[in-house]
Amino acid sequence: MPNILVVEDSPTMRQLIGFAMKRIAGSKVIEATDGVDALKKLSSEKVDIILADINMPVMDGLKLVSLVRGSPIYKDIPVIMITTEGAEEDRKRALAIGANAYLPKPIQTQELIKLVNGFIGK
Amino acid sequence: MERETSIGKKADEFLQMFKKGEEFTQDLLKENERLRFKLAQLEEAVERSGDEAKIRLYEERIKITEDELNSLKERFRQVEEENKDFAAKYVEVEDENNNLANLYVASYQLHSTLDFNEVLRIVLEIVINLIGAEKFAVLLIEEKTNELIPVGTEGISIADVPKVKFGEGIVGTAAKEGESYFSENMHNNRGSISAENPIVCIPLKIKEHVIGVIAIYSLLIQKEKFSNVDYELFNLLAGHAATAIFSSRLYTQSERKLTTIQSFLDMLKEKPRR
Repeated sequence: MPNILVVEDSPTMRQLIGFAMKRIAGSKVIEATDGVDALKKLSSEKVDIILADINMPVMDGLKLVSLVRGSPIYKDIPVIMITTEGAEEDRKRALAIGANAYLPKPIQTQELIKLVNGFIGK
Repeated sequence: MERETSIGKKADEFLQMFKKGEEFTQDLLKENERLRFKLAQLEEAVERSGDEAKIRLYEERIKITEDELNSLKERFRQVEEENKDFAAKYVEVEDENNNLANLYVASYQLHSTLDFNEVLRIVLEIVINLIGAEKFAVLLIEEKTNELIPVGTEGISIADVPKVKFGEGIVGTAAKEGESYFSENMHNNRGSISAENPIVCIPLKIKEHVIGVIAIYSLLIQKEKFSNVDYELFNLLAGHAATAIFSSRLYTQSERKLTTIQSFLDMLKEKPRR
């Protein structure tokens, strides 16, 4: 039963990703509106994978990834970046910081489900 | 002497009989030999005819097996074709599912609030996240001046989007005629953005009444072309965004009026100070 943390400031995208993740059997979606909110959720819930936007208020997705990778507790949690930034240098930067995968918007839900399944071993 | 003659006669008779017996035995032996030969021939013939029957039987079995093999091969080919059809249908259903999810979420979000600014933010979110536009503006018709006024933008400053006269240029014409505009050169026009020349213009309509337009100037770098779901989303935005914007505006206005009236009533109810 994977717990999926969706970090997005857009309610539209949170709902859309949540919809897609419901198709992964037994999954539970935890929502966070920015990086700081995500860190709070990480401390209170067991998380198996993080799906994070890059451009968010308060704390962006890249800062969140670097903090997660620097934490001895959360460092092994896979992170998929979902973002409007589609340039190759943005992708390389996110992967260099520690993101496991990079998915530019607008997303194809099948592609996202496949990626998540790959990381949670389904 | 007579006796000797009689014995000699009997001996001759015996000898004759013995010879006849010998001949008979010889005949029997020959007949036996002939019959043995005949039997051997018959046995060989029976055996040979048995092999042929077996060969015929095996040949028939081979033919049946070959027919079954061909039938199975044909069935396998048919199943393979069916599998391909199912795979293609599965992809179609998945795409449709994806499209419906996008449309549902967009529609749900648009009608989730009566706050005008919130509705506007949701319209912008849908255009960025679900369609993949980079720079765009939402312009609404100002009835008094008959102009399209920018009320929300993304990737471009609101000050850089000029007011447009109803019926003028691409934006004004789309608003006047109520028809969506798609540039022939749909591909990203990054670097050469002109607020007067959007690549897409979607009129926001309540039935046939246009209340504004969404003008898209450029797409995200990874967005190469519009897909079927994008056109569905444009249709949805044309109707649902218009309704959501219109009703939220009316609600905001009525709320403001209600507050004013309430304040006035409160003022009237107040006892005059002496």
